[in-house]
Amino acid sequence: MAVISTEKDIEALSFRLVAEFDAGVERVWRIWADPKQLERWWGPPTWPATFDAYEFEQGGRAAYYMTGPDGEKARGWWRITAVEPPYRLAFDDGFADENGDPVADLGETHATVTLEDMGGRTRMIMVTAFESLEQLNQMVEMGMEEGLKLALGQVDALLAEDASV
Amino acid sequence: MVVDMLSEDEVDRLFQALADATRRDIVARVLIAEYSVSGLAEQYDMSFAAVQKHVAVLERASLVTKERRGREQIVRGQVDGVQKARRLLDEYEEIWRQRVDRITDILAADAQDED
Repeated sequence: MAVISTEKDIEALSFRLVAEFDAGVERVWRIWADPKQLERWWGPPTWPATFDAYEFEQGGRAAYYMTGPDGEKARGWWRITAVEPPYRLAFDDGFADENGDPVADLGETHATVTLEDMGGRTRMIMVTAFESLEQLNQMVEMGMEEGLKLALGQVDALLAEDASV
Repeated sequence: MVVDMLSEDEVDRLFQALADATRRDIVARVLIAEYSVSGLAEQYDMSFAAVQKHVAVLERASLVTKERRGREQIVRGQVDGVQKARRLLDEYEEIWRQRVDRITDILAADAQDED
């Protein structure tokens, strides 16, 4: 079980995830530091990510796009705000238009990744803060594998939740 | 859909409304974003009138609301902001759970290469 815990703050629109991996901290750092590795996991199999730029340094920028099943492209950018190998990475993440320019009115998310050395194993703590519901909405739509199918499952949960109120 | 108690009639309406795959799909869509009835009709291989009928069933079950805006009828999921935020964060969590699974696979593939 790689995911240890998740916490969601509805008011603050933030999300925290703790996961543990059976690999050393230097190795886990590479899944972030190496764009070729990042491409293998950032997008779901149906929406794989391609990074055309990846300046992995403080103040550096990354540009990527995700390609959907019908060839449609969703573009995003990162602005890297902290890189402290192999323990800490922080970046802002937002949507981009077809030229790769940031779409300002959709806002940005602020992500911080912390890796902890657990003696051969690694704990990864990821915190994302969203600026608005609309933005969270877009993010979910863009990053979601078979999003609707999942949303459908959640209709049941929602109804069960309402019934118990 | 914030209700303390549903009458038997309401429960029937709810289950009937959700018994149809297209209607479930409509609910899933309008919980994420608002759609016009014509916008919804574009998503399915059926007539505008058929989609409108589905929306009416959902409306009676209080699963969606419909509001006229100019020439359009806008359909929205009947959830308040907090529930919407919670649901979106749940979906975002799922995105990350899948990412963590993929990372785990990548790391496991390395371990095999070393063997």
